[in-house]
Amino acid sequence: MFVLRRLGQSALTLFVMSALVFTGVYAIGNPVDILINPQADQAEIAQTIARLGLDRPLWEQYWVFLSGAVSGDLGKSFAASVPAIDLILERMPATLELALMAMVIAVVLGIPLGLLAGLKPHSWVGRSIMAGSILGFSLPTFWVGLMLIMVFSVQLGWLPTTGRGPTLDVLGIPVSFLSWDGLRHLILPATNLALFKLSLLIRLTRAGTREAMLQDYVRFARAKGVAEREVVRVHVLRNILIPVITVVGLELGSVIAFAIVTETIFAWPGMGKLLIDSINVLDRPVIVAYLLVIVFMFITINLLVDVLYTALDPRVRLKGAR
Amino acid sequence: MSMALSPRQEFTRGFARDRIALAAFWVLCLLLLAAIAAPLITPQNPYDLAQLDILDSKLAPGAKSAAGYTYWLGSDDQGRDMVSAILYGLRISLSVGVASTLAALGIGLVIGLIAARAGGWLDALIMRIVDLQLSFPSILVALILLALAGQGVDKIIIALIVVQWAYYARTVRGTALVELRKEYVDAAVCAGYGSARILLRHVLPNVMPPLIVVATVQVAHAIALEATLSFLGLGMPITSPSLGLLIANGYVHLLSGKYWISFFPGIALLLIIVAINLVGDQSRDVLNPRLK
Repeated sequence: MFVLRRLGQSALTLFVMSALVFTGVYAIGNPVDILINPQADQAEIAQTIARLGLDRPLWEQYWVFLSGAVSGDLGKSFAASVPAIDLILERMPATLELALMAMVIAVVLGIPLGLLAGLKPHSWVGRSIMAGSILGFSLPTFWVGLMLIMVFSVQLGWLPTTGRGPTLDVLGIPVSFLSWDGLRHLILPATNLALFKLSLLIRLTRAGTREAMLQDYVRFARAKGVAEREVVRVHVLRNILIPVITVVGLELGSVIAFAIVTETIFAWPGMGKLLIDSINVLDRPVIVAYLLVIVFMFITINLLVDVLYTALDPRVRLKGAR
Repeated sequence: MSMALSPRQEFTRGFARDRIALAAFWVLCLLLLAAIAAPLITPQNPYDLAQLDILDSKLAPGAKSAAGYTYWLGSDDQGRDMVSAILYGLRISLSVGVASTLAALGIGLVIGLIAARAGGWLDALIMRIVDLQLSFPSILVALILLALAGQGVDKIIIALIVVQWAYYARTVRGTALVELRKEYVDAAVCAGYGSARILLRHVLPNVMPPLIVVATVQVAHAIALEATLSFLGLGMPITSPSLGLLIANGYVHLLSGKYWISFFPGIALLLIIVAINLVGDQSRDVLNPRLK
C-alpha cells in the first residue's frame, strides 16, 4: 500500500517536472531558437516546426513533447547529429563509476572517522577530525580539485592531470577501475567528489555515536561486562547504520549532480562534462535530454531509498500508512 | 547574575564563550571591511587598464615590478596585482551573496508565513513545492536556470534566489506554526487584532532569530555556489570578476606551475566561507535552548 502511494507520488513529481522543463524550453525561450539548429536553412526550419508541432496550440505541443520523451526521442544533437539521448547514455557509465567510487571513498573513510570522533569527542583526535570535516564542508569543490591537480599531478607528478584512461568492458559497460592506469586516473576526481560527502558522513556518524553511547542499552551492555569493542560493534554501530545508509542513498543523486563540476575540472568524459560542453555551444536538445534523464534518476533514487527505508524501519511504515 | 542580562547581552556572552567562533567573527568583520573599502586600500585599480603593465604579467608572489612596486601575492597574466584583484573580487562575491540571500529571505518569509497562517490546501501545496525543490541539489537547479536563461549578473542573482527561498519558507513555516499556538497569539486574537497585524507585529519578531542563523550560513552557500557557477563559465560576466572567475582565470596557468593566480583567490574564498560557517554554527548553538 505504502509502495503504491509512493509510486503515485513519484509519477506525479515526474509529470510536474516534465511540465516545468517544457515551460522552461517552450514558453520562456523561443522554442524555434532552442530546438532548431541556427545553421539550418528555411526549408529545414519549416520542416522541423511541422515535425515538432510548434505551429499547433500549446497543450498539443506539450503532448508531442511528452510522447517524444516517453519513447526516448528527445531530438538530435546540433553538434553531433545523433539523438541527444544516445550521447547522454553513452556518457552515463563514466559518471556512475565516478559517483560510486566517490561514495565508496566517503563511506570507507567517513564511518570509521565519525565513529572515532563520536567515541572521543573531547580528545585531540576527535577535535581534529571535526575541524577537518568543517573544512571539508567549506572548501569549494572546484578549488579543491585544482589544488589536487596542482599538488599530485604538477608538483609531485604521481597521478595524471585529466582524462579517464583506458577502460575495460564488464558486461558491456566500460569501466576503468580494473586496470592500474585507469585506477590512477580515477583516484583524484573520485577523491575530489568524495570530500563533501565524507564530511557529511563524519558529522552524521559522530552525532549518531554520541547519542547511542548515552542510551540505556549501551549502559546495560557495559554493566553486563561486554567488552568495549563489542559494545561499539554490536550496540552502537548497528544502530547508527540505518540513518547512515539512508543518507548515502539519498546523497547518491546529489553526487551525480556535483560530478558536473568535478568532471569539468578533470576532463572526465561523463554526462556532467557533456552538459557543460553543450551549454557552451548551445546544443539545447542535449541540455533538455540531460535534464530529463537526471530528473528521472533522482526520482527513481528517492523512491528506492524510501522503499528500502520502510523495509528497514517499521516505524516509518506505520506513520506513512496513516 | 544572568537575571539582569537582556537577551542580546546573553547572546553576546554565549557567543564569545567559544574562542574560535569569536576569532571567526573578527576575521569576518575584517574581510567585510576590506571588501567595502577595496577602492581605498588597494594599491591599484585592477580594472583600470591604464594602471596595468603587461610587462609585469605572471610575476611570482613577492616579486618587484619595474616601477618598484611589490606584488605580495603575485600578478596575473594581465599584470594585475593579485591583492587588488582579490579585494575587488571579494566585493563582488559578497554583494552577490548578500543581495540574493536577503531577497530570498524576504520571499521565503512571506511565503512561509502565508503557509503557516493559511493551513489547509494552500499550506499543503506550498510545502509540496518546497519539498520538490529541495529534493534537487541547488547546483543543478541553478545550472539549468542559467543554461536556459543565459548569463548576466541579474540572472545569477535570480538563480541564487530561486535555489534559496525554499529553505527560508520551510524554516519560517516551522517556527511560525509553533508560535501561532502560543498564548500571546490567543491574547492578541482576543484583543481583536487582525490576522496581518498579529503575523507582522507578534509572530514575525519571534520567527526572526532562527531565520537569521539560516541566512548567515546561506550567504556562505550562495557565495560558494556563485563561485562554482562562475568557474564553470555560467556565472558572472568578465566585467564583474568575482573570486570564482579569478580562480577560473588562473586554471590555465596552474598546469605550468604558476599556482598563485588560482591559489590566493581560493584562500580568500575559503576564509570567508569558513568564517561565516563558524559564526553561523556558534549562533545556532547559543540560540538553541536545549544546549544551555
